[in-house]
Amino acid sequence: MTRKGFLGVTGISAAVLAARKLRSVFAASGPAASPPVRWAMVIDTQKCLKKAGCIDCIAACHKVHNVPEIKDRAHEIKWVWKEPFKQAFPAQETAYTEEAYKGKPFPVLCNHCDNPPCVRVCPTKATWKREDGLVMMDWHRCIGCRYCMAACPYGSRSFNWVDPRPHLRRIDIEFPTRTKGVVEKCTFCAERLARGQAPACVQACKEQKALVFGNLADPDSDVSRLVRSRFTLRRKPGLGTNPEVYYIIG
Amino acid sequence: MRDRPLILGGLIVFLALVTFPVWYNAAAGTSSRPPQLKLPAGQKECVAPVAFMKTSHMQLLIDWREGAVRNNVRTFTAYNGKTYNVSLTNTCLDCHGVQARAGQADFCGRCHDYAGVTPKCWNCHNDRPRN
Ligand code: HEC
Ligand code: HEC
Ligand code: HEC
Repeated sequence: MTRKGFLGVTGISAAVLAARKLRSVFAASGPAASPPVRWAMVIDTQKCLKKAGCIDCIAACHKVHNVPEIKDRAHEIKWVWKEPFKQAFPAQETAYTEEAYKGKPFPVLCNHCDNPPCVRVCPTKATWKREDGLVMMDWHRCIGCRYCMAACPYGSRSFNWVDPRPHLRRIDIEFPTRTKGVVEKCTFCAERLARGQAPACVQACKEQKALVFGNLADPDSDVSRLVRSRFTLRRKPGLGTNPEVYYIIG
Repeated sequence: MRDRPLILGGLIVFLALVTFPVWYNAAAGTSSRPPQLKLPAGQKECVAPVAFMKTSHMQLLIDWREGAVRNNVRTFTAYNGKTYNVSLTNTCLDCHGVQARAGQADFCGRCHDYAGVTPKCWNCHNDRPRN
Protein backbone atom coordinates (compact mmCIF):
# COMPACT_ATOMS: atom_id res chain seq x y z
CA MET A 1 0.00 0.00 0.00
CA THR A 2 1.29 3.43 -0.85
CA ARG A 3 1.64 6.12 1.72
CA LYS A 4 -1.08 8.12 0.00
CA GLY A 5 -3.43 5.14 -0.06
CA PHE A 6 -2.83 4.44 3.64
CA LEU A 7 -3.57 8.03 4.61
CA GLY A 8 -6.72 7.94 2.49
CA VAL A 9 -8.05 4.79 4.17
CA THR A 10 -7.33 6.08 7.70
CA GLY A 11 -8.96 9.40 6.88
CA ILE A 12 -12.14 7.78 5.57
CA SER A 13 -12.36 5.39 8.56
CA ALA A 14 -11.98 8.27 10.98
CA ALA A 15 -14.72 10.20 9.19
CA VAL A 16 -17.06 7.19 9.29
CA LEU A 17 -16.43 6.68 13.03
CA ALA A 18 -17.02 10.36 13.73
CA ALA A 19 -20.25 10.31 11.74
CA ARG A 20 -21.50 7.29 13.72
CA LYS A 21 -20.71 8.99 16.99
CA LEU A 22 -22.51 12.13 15.89
CA ARG A 23 -25.55 10.14 14.84
CA SER A 24 -25.77 8.45 18.24
CA VAL A 25 -25.49 11.85 19.92
CA PHE A 26 -28.37 13.21 17.86
CA ALA A 27 -30.40 10.05 18.27
CA ALA A 28 -30.10 10.39 22.06
CA SER A 29 -31.78 13.78 21.95
CA GLY A 30 -34.14 12.50 19.27
CA PRO A 31 -37.37 11.24 20.91
CA ALA A 32 -39.93 13.95 21.53
CA ALA A 33 -39.71 15.23 25.12
CA SER A 34 -42.74 14.41 27.26
CA PRO A 35 -45.13 17.33 27.77
CA PRO A 36 -43.99 19.75 30.48
CA VAL A 37 -45.30 19.30 34.00
CA ARG A 38 -45.47 21.95 36.71
CA TRP A 39 -47.23 20.67 39.81
CA ALA A 40 -49.13 23.34 41.71
CA MET A 41 -51.94 23.67 44.22
CA VAL A 42 -54.88 26.06 44.48
CA ILE A 43 -56.54 26.45 47.87
CA ASP A 44 -60.07 27.83 47.88
CA THR A 45 -60.12 29.34 51.34
CA GLN A 46 -63.85 30.08 51.27
CA LYS A 47 -64.60 26.39 50.82
CA CYS A 48 -62.00 25.53 53.43
CA LEU A 49 -63.36 27.95 56.03
CA LYS A 50 -66.89 26.67 55.53
CA LYS A 51 -66.02 23.55 57.47
CA ALA A 52 -64.85 25.16 60.69
CA GLY A 53 -62.28 23.23 62.67
CA CYS A 54 -61.70 20.67 59.92
CA ILE A 55 -58.21 19.17 59.95
CA ASP A 56 -58.81 16.29 57.52
CA CYS A 57 -55.95 17.33 55.22
CA ILE A 58 -53.47 17.60 58.07
CA ALA A 59 -54.54 14.31 59.61
CA ALA A 60 -54.33 12.47 56.28
CA CYS A 61 -50.89 13.85 55.44
CA HIS A 62 -49.42 13.23 58.83
CA LYS A 63 -50.82 9.72 58.94
CA VAL A 64 -49.42 8.48 55.63
CA HIS A 65 -46.05 10.12 56.18
CA ASN A 66 -45.58 9.13 59.80
CA VAL A 67 -45.32 12.72 61.01
CA PRO A 68 -45.08 12.59 64.81
CA GLU A 69 -47.32 14.55 67.12
CA ILE A 70 -45.00 16.32 69.55
CA LYS A 71 -46.68 18.66 72.01
CA ASP A 72 -43.54 20.67 72.79
CA ARG A 73 -43.65 23.49 70.23
CA ALA A 74 -39.87 23.68 70.10
CA HIS A 75 -39.76 20.11 68.78
CA GLU A 76 -42.95 19.93 66.73
CA ILE A 77 -42.92 18.52 63.18
CA LYS A 78 -45.41 19.75 60.58
CA TRP A 79 -45.96 19.19 56.88
CA VAL A 80 -49.38 20.83 56.61
CA TRP A 81 -50.67 23.11 59.32
CA LYS A 82 -52.82 26.22 59.86
CA GLU A 83 -51.86 29.84 60.32
CA PRO A 84 -53.96 32.94 61.09
CA PHE A 85 -54.38 35.39 58.19
CA LYS A 86 -51.80 37.74 59.65
CA GLN A 87 -49.07 35.10 59.56
CA ALA A 88 -50.13 33.56 56.28
CA PHE A 89 -50.38 36.83 54.33
CA PRO A 90 -48.51 39.54 56.24
CA ALA A 91 -48.32 41.82 53.18
CA GLN A 92 -52.11 41.81 52.81
CA GLU A 93 -52.84 42.73 56.41
CA THR A 94 -55.00 45.80 57.03
CA ALA A 95 -56.39 47.23 60.25
CA TYR A 96 -59.52 45.12 59.66
CA THR A 97 -58.24 41.73 58.56
CA GLU A 98 -57.58 40.71 62.13
CA GLU A 99 -61.27 41.10 62.91
CA ALA A 100 -62.47 39.77 59.56
CA TYR A 101 -60.49 36.55 59.82
CA LYS A 102 -60.60 36.09 63.56
CA GLY A 103 -60.50 32.39 64.39
CA LYS A 104 -60.23 31.48 60.72
CA PRO A 105 -56.92 29.75 60.15
CA PHE A 106 -55.57 29.09 56.65
CA PRO A 107 -53.99 25.80 55.63
CA VAL A 108 -50.32 26.24 54.75
CA LEU A 109 -47.64 23.87 53.49
CA CYS A 110 -44.42 23.91 51.50
CA ASN A 111 -45.00 26.26 48.56
CA HIS A 112 -42.78 24.29 46.17
CA CYS A 113 -41.35 27.59 45.01
CA ASP A 114 -40.12 28.17 41.51
CA ASN A 115 -37.12 29.93 43.02
CA PRO A 116 -36.63 27.96 46.23
CA PRO A 117 -34.18 29.57 48.68
CA CYS A 118 -33.86 26.31 50.63
CA VAL A 119 -32.39 24.62 47.56
CA ARG A 120 -29.84 27.36 47.06
CA VAL A 121 -28.40 26.96 50.53
CA CYS A 122 -28.43 23.17 50.89
CA PRO A 123 -24.78 22.07 50.95
CA THR A 124 -25.46 18.40 50.07
CA LYS A 125 -28.25 18.73 47.49
CA ALA A 126 -30.47 16.85 49.93
CA THR A 127 -33.21 19.21 48.79
CA TRP A 128 -33.51 20.16 45.16
CA LYS A 129 -36.05 21.25 42.58
CA ARG A 130 -37.25 18.54 40.24
CA GLU A 131 -38.03 19.29 36.62
CA ASP A 132 -41.74 19.04 37.37
CA GLY A 133 -41.34 21.79 39.96
CA LEU A 134 -41.48 19.64 43.08
CA VAL A 135 -39.06 20.73 45.78
CA MET A 136 -37.94 17.27 46.80
CA MET A 137 -36.24 15.95 49.93
CA ASP A 138 -33.60 13.22 49.97
CA TRP A 139 -33.47 12.13 53.60
CA HIS A 140 -30.44 9.98 52.90
CA ARG A 141 -28.36 13.02 52.14
CA CYS A 142 -29.64 15.37 54.83
CA ILE A 143 -26.92 16.14 57.35
CA GLY A 144 -29.18 18.22 59.57
CA CYS A 145 -27.39 21.54 59.13
CA ARG A 146 -30.73 23.41 59.02
CA TYR A 147 -29.59 26.03 56.52
CA CYS A 148 -32.78 25.29 54.59
CA MET A 149 -34.87 26.10 57.64
CA ALA A 150 -33.14 29.42 57.99
CA ALA A 151 -33.65 30.13 54.29
CA CYS A 152 -37.34 29.19 54.05
CA PRO A 153 -39.49 32.28 54.69
CA TYR A 154 -42.60 30.17 55.28
CA GLY A 155 -41.45 27.96 58.14
CA SER A 156 -42.29 24.93 56.01
CA ARG A 157 -39.44 22.85 57.35
CA SER A 158 -39.14 21.04 60.66
CA PHE A 159 -36.11 19.54 62.32
CA ASN A 160 -36.14 16.28 64.21
CA TRP A 161 -34.68 17.30 67.55
CA VAL A 162 -35.72 13.98 69.03
CA ASP A 163 -36.31 10.47 67.68
CA PRO A 164 -39.79 10.72 66.14
CA ARG A 165 -40.73 7.06 66.56
CA PRO A 166 -41.82 7.17 70.22
CA HIS A 167 -44.14 10.07 69.30
CA LEU A 168 -46.00 8.15 66.60
CA ARG A 169 -49.23 6.66 67.78
CA ARG A 170 -49.33 4.37 64.77
CA ILE A 171 -46.62 3.71 62.19
CA ASP A 172 -47.66 3.30 58.58
CA ILE A 173 -44.99 0.84 57.48
CA GLU A 174 -45.33 1.77 53.81
CA PHE A 175 -43.51 5.08 54.31
CA PRO A 176 -40.23 5.35 56.21
CA THR A 177 -40.14 7.40 59.38
CA ARG A 178 -37.33 9.88 59.85
CA THR A 179 -34.68 9.86 62.51
CA LYS A 180 -33.22 12.35 64.94
CA GLY A 181 -31.09 14.92 63.14
CA VAL A 182 -32.79 15.33 59.76
CA VAL A 183 -35.06 18.05 58.38
CA GLU A 184 -38.40 17.22 56.82
CA LYS A 185 -41.24 18.86 54.92
CA CYS A 186 -44.07 18.27 52.46
CA THR A 187 -42.99 16.72 49.14
CA PHE A 188 -46.36 17.14 47.37
CA CYS A 189 -46.55 13.37 47.92
CA ALA A 190 -43.86 12.45 45.41
CA GLU A 191 -44.40 8.78 46.23
CA ARG A 192 -48.13 9.00 45.50
CA LEU A 193 -47.71 11.08 42.33
CA ALA A 194 -45.38 8.35 41.06
CA ARG A 195 -48.29 5.91 41.39
CA GLY A 196 -50.67 8.31 39.66
CA GLN A 197 -52.50 9.25 42.88
CA ALA A 198 -53.33 12.74 44.10
CA PRO A 199 -51.57 14.05 47.21
CA ALA A 200 -53.02 12.68 50.44
CA CYS A 201 -54.32 16.10 51.61
CA VAL A 202 -56.17 16.65 48.31
CA GLN A 203 -57.62 13.15 48.53
CA ALA A 204 -58.79 13.85 52.08
CA CYS A 205 -60.52 17.07 50.98
CA LYS A 206 -62.37 15.55 48.05
CA GLU A 207 -65.81 16.37 49.42
CA GLN A 208 -65.07 19.98 50.27
CA LYS A 209 -62.83 20.36 47.20
CA ALA A 210 -60.97 23.23 48.85
CA LEU A 211 -57.62 21.82 47.75
CA VAL A 212 -57.08 21.49 44.00
CA PHE A 213 -53.91 19.95 42.68
CA GLY A 214 -52.66 19.65 39.14
CA ASN A 215 -50.37 20.54 36.31
CA LEU A 216 -50.02 24.27 35.76
CA ALA A 217 -48.17 23.67 32.50
CA ASP A 218 -51.33 22.12 31.08
CA PRO A 219 -53.73 24.97 30.16
CA ASP A 220 -56.74 22.66 30.50
CA SER A 221 -56.01 21.44 34.02
CA ASP A 222 -58.25 22.44 36.93
CA VAL A 223 -55.48 24.45 38.58
CA SER A 224 -54.75 26.36 35.36
CA ARG A 225 -58.41 27.20 34.90
CA LEU A 226 -58.73 28.37 38.48
CA VAL A 227 -55.69 30.64 38.48
CA ARG A 228 -56.83 32.17 35.20
CA SER A 229 -60.44 32.74 36.24
CA ARG A 230 -60.12 33.67 39.92
CA PHE A 231 -58.13 36.25 41.82
CA THR A 232 -55.47 34.46 43.82
CA LEU A 233 -52.84 35.36 46.39
CA ARG A 234 -49.53 33.75 47.07
CA ARG A 235 -47.69 33.89 50.38
CA LYS A 236 -45.07 36.65 50.71
CA PRO A 237 -44.77 37.26 46.96
CA GLY A 238 -42.40 40.20 47.53
CA LEU A 239 -39.60 37.84 48.45
CA GLY A 240 -39.27 36.60 44.89
CA THR A 241 -39.56 32.92 45.75
CA ASN A 242 -42.47 32.42 43.33
CA PRO A 243 -44.65 30.08 45.40
CA GLU A 244 -46.70 27.52 43.51
CA VAL A 245 -49.48 27.30 46.07
CA TYR A 246 -52.23 29.77 45.19
CA TYR A 247 -54.95 30.97 47.55
CA ILE A 248 -58.42 32.07 46.47
CA ILE A 249 -59.45 34.40 49.27
CA GLY A 250 -62.87 35.86 48.39
CA MET B 1 13.68 -38.60 82.18
CA ARG B 2 13.40 -36.43 85.18
CA ASP B 3 12.00 -33.65 82.94
CA ARG B 4 8.89 -35.63 82.06
CA PRO B 5 6.44 -33.66 84.29
CA LEU B 6 7.90 -30.43 83.00
CA ILE B 7 7.58 -31.46 79.35
CA LEU B 8 4.07 -32.83 79.82
CA GLY B 9 3.00 -29.76 81.74
CA GLY B 10 4.46 -27.52 79.06
CA LEU B 11 2.71 -29.52 76.35
CA ILE B 12 -0.64 -29.19 78.13
CA VAL B 13 -0.24 -25.44 78.52
CA PHE B 14 0.82 -25.20 74.89
CA LEU B 15 -2.18 -27.20 73.67
CA ALA B 16 -4.55 -25.20 75.83
CA LEU B 17 -3.21 -21.94 74.43
CA VAL B 18 -3.29 -23.13 70.82
CA THR B 19 -6.84 -24.41 71.07
CA PHE B 20 -7.99 -21.41 73.13
CA PRO B 21 -10.03 -19.82 70.27
CA VAL B 22 -12.04 -23.02 69.88
CA TRP B 23 -12.88 -23.21 73.60
CA TYR B 24 -13.55 -19.53 73.77
CA ASN B 25 -16.05 -19.66 70.90
CA ALA B 26 -17.70 -22.77 72.30
CA ALA B 27 -18.11 -21.07 75.66
CA ALA B 28 -19.39 -17.83 74.13
CA GLY B 29 -21.86 -19.73 71.97
CA THR B 30 -20.58 -18.31 68.70
CA SER B 31 -19.56 -20.52 65.85
CA SER B 32 -17.80 -20.30 62.55
CA ARG B 33 -20.71 -21.92 60.79
CA PRO B 34 -22.56 -19.55 58.45
CA PRO B 35 -25.87 -18.22 59.78
CA GLN B 36 -29.01 -20.24 59.14
CA LEU B 37 -30.98 -17.94 56.87
CA LYS B 38 -34.73 -18.32 56.78
CA LEU B 39 -35.55 -18.08 53.10
CA PRO B 40 -39.01 -16.88 52.08
CA ALA B 41 -41.46 -19.75 51.92
CA GLY B 42 -42.93 -20.47 48.52
CA GLN B 43 -40.53 -18.14 46.68
CA LYS B 44 -37.79 -19.34 44.40
CA GLU B 45 -36.12 -16.27 43.01
CA CYS B 46 -34.76 -13.03 44.33
CA VAL B 47 -34.82 -9.75 42.39
CA ALA B 48 -31.41 -10.63 40.94
CA PRO B 49 -29.42 -13.90 40.63
CA VAL B 50 -28.58 -15.15 44.11
CA ALA B 51 -24.80 -14.95 43.57
CA PHE B 52 -25.16 -11.28 42.71
CA MET B 53 -27.41 -10.68 45.70
CA LYS B 54 -24.89 -12.28 48.04
CA THR B 55 -22.10 -9.98 46.97
CA SER B 56 -23.86 -6.83 45.80
CA HIS B 57 -27.26 -6.41 47.46
CA MET B 58 -26.02 -3.22 49.18
CA GLN B 59 -25.11 -1.71 45.82
CA LEU B 60 -28.45 -2.73 44.36
CA LEU B 61 -30.19 -1.04 47.30
CA ILE B 62 -28.23 2.16 46.75
CA ASP B 63 -29.22 2.08 43.07
CA TRP B 64 -32.83 1.58 44.07
CA ARG B 65 -32.62 4.43 46.53
CA GLU B 66 -31.04 6.89 44.09
CA GLY B 67 -33.47 5.79 41.40
CA ALA B 68 -36.61 6.20 43.50
CA VAL B 69 -35.75 9.30 45.46
CA ARG B 70 -33.64 11.29 43.04
CA ASN B 71 -34.79 10.15 39.61
CA ASN B 72 -38.37 9.10 40.36
CA VAL B 73 -37.80 5.59 38.97
CA ARG B 74 -40.04 3.48 41.15
CA THR B 75 -40.33 0.24 39.22
CA PHE B 76 -37.52 -2.25 38.65
CA THR B 77 -37.44 -4.80 35.86
CA ALA B 78 -35.54 -7.86 37.05
CA TYR B 79 -33.26 -10.14 35.05
CA ASN B 80 -36.13 -12.62 34.68
CA GLY B 81 -38.49 -10.00 33.27
CA LYS B 82 -40.56 -9.61 36.44
CA THR B 83 -41.19 -6.06 37.62
CA TYR B 84 -40.91 -4.99 41.22
CA ASN B 85 -41.93 -1.90 43.13
CA VAL B 86 -38.71 -0.14 44.21
CA SER B 87 -38.96 -0.25 47.98
CA LEU B 88 -36.87 -1.60 50.81
CA THR B 89 -39.74 -2.29 53.18
CA ASN B 90 -42.53 -2.92 50.72
CA THR B 91 -40.56 -5.22 48.41
CA CYS B 92 -37.43 -6.75 50.00
CA LEU B 93 -38.97 -7.17 53.44
CA ASP B 94 -42.36 -8.13 52.07
CA CYS B 95 -40.63 -11.26 50.84
CA HIS B 96 -37.80 -11.67 53.35
CA GLY B 97 -39.77 -11.02 56.54
CA VAL B 98 -38.98 -9.36 59.85
CA GLN B 99 -35.49 -7.88 60.11
CA ALA B 100 -35.03 -4.90 62.31
CA ARG B 101 -35.97 -6.15 65.76
CA ALA B 102 -32.87 -7.14 67.69
CA GLY B 103 -32.35 -10.88 67.90
CA GLN B 104 -35.50 -11.69 65.92
CA ALA B 105 -34.37 -11.22 62.38
CA ASP B 106 -35.26 -13.89 59.84
CA PHE B 107 -32.81 -12.94 57.19
CA CYS B 108 -30.95 -9.65 56.68
CA GLY B 109 -30.29 -9.17 60.38
CA ARG B 110 -29.18 -12.76 60.92
CA CYS B 111 -26.49 -12.45 58.31
CA HIS B 112 -25.53 -8.93 59.32
CA ASP B 113 -25.10 -9.96 62.96
CA TYR B 114 -22.81 -12.72 61.83
CA ALA B 115 -20.88 -10.42 59.50
CA GLY B 116 -20.76 -7.58 62.02
CA VAL B 117 -22.59 -5.13 59.75
CA THR B 118 -25.07 -2.63 61.17
CA PRO B 119 -26.88 -0.77 58.38
CA LYS B 120 -28.61 2.36 59.66
CA CYS B 121 -31.50 1.97 57.27
CA TRP B 122 -33.77 0.62 60.03
CA ASN B 123 -33.64 3.91 61.90
CA CYS B 124 -36.13 5.09 59.31
CA HIS B 125 -37.24 2.19 57.14
CA ASN B 126 -39.93 0.22 58.89
CA ASP B 127 -39.97 -3.42 59.69
CA ARG B 128 -42.69 -5.83 58.69
CA PRO B 129 -45.09 -6.90 61.41
CA ARG B 130 -44.72 -10.59 62.24
CA ASN B 131 -47.82 -12.55 61.29
C1 HEC C 1 -33.19 9.46 57.76
C2 HEC C 1 -34.07 8.41 57.46
C3 HEC C 1 -33.61 7.36 56.44
C4 HEC C 1 -32.53 6.51 56.51
C5 HEC C 1 -31.48 6.40 57.61
C6 HEC C 1 -32.59 5.70 55.31
N1 HEC C 1 -33.67 6.05 54.56
FE1 HEC C 1 -34.16 5.29 52.76
N2 HEC C 1 -35.75 6.58 52.64
C7 HEC C 1 -36.14 7.46 53.64
C8 HEC C 1 -37.36 8.10 53.26
C9 HEC C 1 -38.15 9.10 54.11
C10 HEC C 1 -37.70 7.59 51.98
C11 HEC C 1 -38.97 7.87 51.19
C12 HEC C 1 -38.79 8.71 50.00
C13 HEC C 1 -39.96 8.57 49.08
O1 HEC C 1 -40.62 7.52 49.04
O2 HEC C 1 -40.18 9.53 48.37
C14 HEC C 1 -36.66 6.63 51.63
C15 HEC C 1 -36.62 5.91 50.45
C16 HEC C 1 -35.76 4.86 50.18
C17 HEC C 1 -35.86 3.97 49.06
C18 HEC C 1 -36.92 4.01 47.97
C19 HEC C 1 -38.33 3.91 48.43
C20 HEC C 1 -38.66 2.91 49.51
O3 HEC C 1 -39.81 2.92 49.97
O4 HEC C 1 -37.83 2.10 49.92
C21 HEC C 1 -34.84 3.06 49.16
C22 HEC C 1 -34.55 1.88 48.23
C23 HEC C 1 -34.10 3.39 50.34
N3 HEC C 1 -34.68 4.50 50.95
C24 HEC C 1 -33.00 2.69 50.78
C25 HEC C 1 -32.33 2.98 51.96
C26 HEC C 1 -31.19 2.20 52.43
C27 HEC C 1 -30.58 1.00 51.72
C28 HEC C 1 -30.81 2.76 53.61
C29 HEC C 1 -29.65 2.34 54.52
C30 HEC C 1 -28.36 2.29 53.92
C31 HEC C 1 -31.71 3.88 53.88
N4 HEC C 1 -32.61 3.98 52.86
C32 HEC C 1 -31.66 4.71 55.01
C33 HEC C 1 -35.50 7.68 54.82
C34 HEC C 1 -34.32 7.05 55.22
C1 HEC D 1 -40.22 -12.22 45.73
C2 HEC D 1 -39.42 -12.52 46.88
C3 HEC D 1 -38.11 -11.77 47.06
C4 HEC D 1 -37.89 -10.43 47.03
C5 HEC D 1 -38.89 -9.31 46.69
C6 HEC D 1 -36.50 -10.23 47.38
N1 HEC D 1 -35.91 -11.44 47.58
FE1 HEC D 1 -33.97 -11.74 48.16
N2 HEC D 1 -34.21 -13.74 47.92
C7 HEC D 1 -35.41 -14.38 47.66
C8 HEC D 1 -35.17 -15.81 47.58
C9 HEC D 1 -36.25 -16.88 47.30
C10 HEC D 1 -33.79 -16.01 47.78
C11 HEC D 1 -33.02 -17.33 47.76
C12 HEC D 1 -32.65 -17.62 46.32
C13 HEC D 1 -31.82 -18.85 46.15
O1 HEC D 1 -31.33 -19.37 47.17
O2 HEC D 1 -31.68 -19.25 45.00
C14 HEC D 1 -33.21 -14.69 48.01
C15 HEC D 1 -31.87 -14.45 48.26
C16 HEC D 1 -31.36 -13.23 48.69
C17 HEC D 1 -30.00 -13.01 49.15
C18 HEC D 1 -28.89 -14.05 49.23
C19 HEC D 1 -29.03 -14.87 50.47
C20 HEC D 1 -28.03 -15.99 50.56
O3 HEC D 1 -28.41 -17.12 50.30
O4 HEC D 1 -26.88 -15.70 50.88
C21 HEC D 1 -29.90 -11.69 49.51
C22 HEC D 1 -28.70 -10.97 50.10
C23 HEC D 1 -31.20 -11.09 49.24
N3 HEC D 1 -32.06 -12.06 48.76
C24 HEC D 1 -31.50 -9.75 49.45
C25 HEC D 1 -32.64 -9.14 48.95
C26 HEC D 1 -32.82 -7.71 48.88
C27 HEC D 1 -31.84 -6.67 49.37
C28 HEC D 1 -34.04 -7.49 48.30
C29 HEC D 1 -34.67 -6.17 47.89
C30 HEC D 1 -33.90 -5.38 46.99
C31 HEC D 1 -34.63 -8.79 48.04
N4 HEC D 1 -33.76 -9.75 48.45
C32 HEC D 1 -35.90 -8.97 47.49
C33 HEC D 1 -36.64 -13.77 47.50
C34 HEC D 1 -36.85 -12.42 47.39
C1 HEC E 1 -25.64 -13.62 53.21
C2 HEC E 1 -25.48 -12.57 54.16
C3 HEC E 1 -26.31 -11.32 54.00
C4 HEC E 1 -27.67 -11.23 53.86
C5 HEC E 1 -28.68 -12.35 53.82
C6 HEC E 1 -27.97 -9.82 53.77
N1 HEC E 1 -26.83 -9.08 53.87
FE1 HEC E 1 -26.66 -7.06 53.73
N2 HEC E 1 -24.67 -7.18 53.93
C7 HEC E 1 -23.95 -8.35 54.12
C8 HEC E 1 -22.54 -8.03 54.26
C9 HEC E 1 -21.42 -9.03 54.48
C10 HEC E 1 -22.43 -6.61 54.17
C11 HEC E 1 -21.19 -5.74 54.31
C12 HEC E 1 -20.50 -5.62 53.00
C13 HEC E 1 -19.38 -4.63 53.04
O1 HEC E 1 -19.27 -3.87 54.00
O2 HEC E 1 -18.64 -4.64 52.07
C14 HEC E 1 -23.79 -6.12 53.96
C15 HEC E 1 -24.11 -4.78 53.80
C16 HEC E 1 -25.38 -4.30 53.65
C17 HEC E 1 -25.70 -2.91 53.51
C18 HEC E 1 -24.72 -1.76 53.52
C19 HEC E 1 -24.42 -1.41 54.95
C20 HEC E 1 -23.60 -0.20 55.13
O3 HEC E 1 -23.47 0.21 56.29
O4 HEC E 1 -23.07 0.31 54.15
C21 HEC E 1 -27.06 -2.82 53.38
C22 HEC E 1 -27.88 -1.55 53.22
C23 HEC E 1 -27.57 -4.17 53.44
N3 HEC E 1 -26.54 -5.05 53.61
C24 HEC E 1 -28.93 -4.48 53.35
C25 HEC E 1 -29.43 -5.77 53.41
C26 HEC E 1 -30.83 -6.11 53.38
C27 HEC E 1 -31.96 -5.09 53.31
C28 HEC E 1 -30.92 -7.46 53.48
C29 HEC E 1 -32.17 -8.32 53.53
C30 HEC E 1 -33.18 -8.12 52.52
C31 HEC E 1 -29.58 -7.98 53.54
N4 HEC E 1 -28.70 -6.92 53.51
C32 HEC E 1 -29.26 -9.31 53.64
C33 HEC E 1 -24.45 -9.61 54.14
C34 HEC E 1 -25.78 -9.97 54.01
